[in-house]
Amino acid sequence: MRLTCPVCGERDRREFYYMGDAVALRRPDPEAGDAVWDDYLHNRDNPAGVTRDLWQHEGGCGAWIVVTRNTMTHEVLETALASDVKGSVG
Amino acid sequence: MAELLAKSPCEGLLPKEVDGLTLSEAKRATMTSLSPYRGQEAVLSDVLKTEHGMALPRPNRSAGKEGARAVWFGQRQVMLIGPDPAVSLADHAALTDQSDAWAVVLLEGEGAEDVLARLVPLDLRREHFKKGHTARSQLQHMMVSITRVGDARFQIMAFRSMAKTLVHELEIAMKGVAARRAS
Ligand SMILES: [Zn+2]
Repeated sequence: MRLTCPVCGERDRREFYYMGDAVALRRPDPEAGDAVWDDYLHNRDNPAGVTRDLWQHEGGCGAWIVVTRNTMTHEVLETALASDVKGSVG
Repeated sequence: MAELLAKSPCEGLLPKEVDGLTLSEAKRATMTSLSPYRGQEAVLSDVLKTEHGMALPRPNRSAGKEGARAVWFGQRQVMLIGPDPAVSLADHAALTDQSDAWAVVLLEGEGAEDVLARLVPLDLRREHFKKGHTARSQLQHMMVSITRVGDARFQIMAFRSMAKTLVHELEIAMKGVAARRAS
């Protein structure tokens, strides 16, 4: 598996650390309530298809990257710096 | 008063020579990481140019030469190697002295790419990785900075605590390349 770091370019998977669902970019308001926080902390979808994860280019430049990929085909559709995406995630 | 001896990271480990390939420790140098403040990259680059004679290198590139080099070192970070950093740089970037934090070695000779190909998941052949190109990557399991500083000369930096492993891995790969040539 190869991932394209927006900073370094296409790299081997071993350089990356996998964190999980990019939900971490949508941290709820501290006052959002128990149900919202419970959902944020514990509940994850397990999609057969397109998913968005957070990866870190740990063995490279250190950047956090949002990777859009397809769990059925293993196709990597898009990569973007988390710092660029953060503002636009609702 | 205690008599303390300053030791270089690869003291007693280098140099090594295998079939025309050499691995040596770089001359001890001041190393300072520069992390530009938000929106300050351009002005930091100007100050670096005025004070040390080189612009801030873009990602995957280095600037300057032996004795005064700036190496891109990761997301929003550049390592200044050689000169004591000008005070005015601190107006535009966070500066951290890292002189004692890194083992810096030089791998030299025809076939240096073949040695690295056994250890690093990158295409470092001359057509792809030219003089002045740099990369953050892994050498086996170690995080490293690799820069081509000459036609057949690479600068490799790893955490100082990994110096012995770095030398060990490189020496084994050098011997492997030499054995393959001989067969
Ligand atoms: Zn990267």
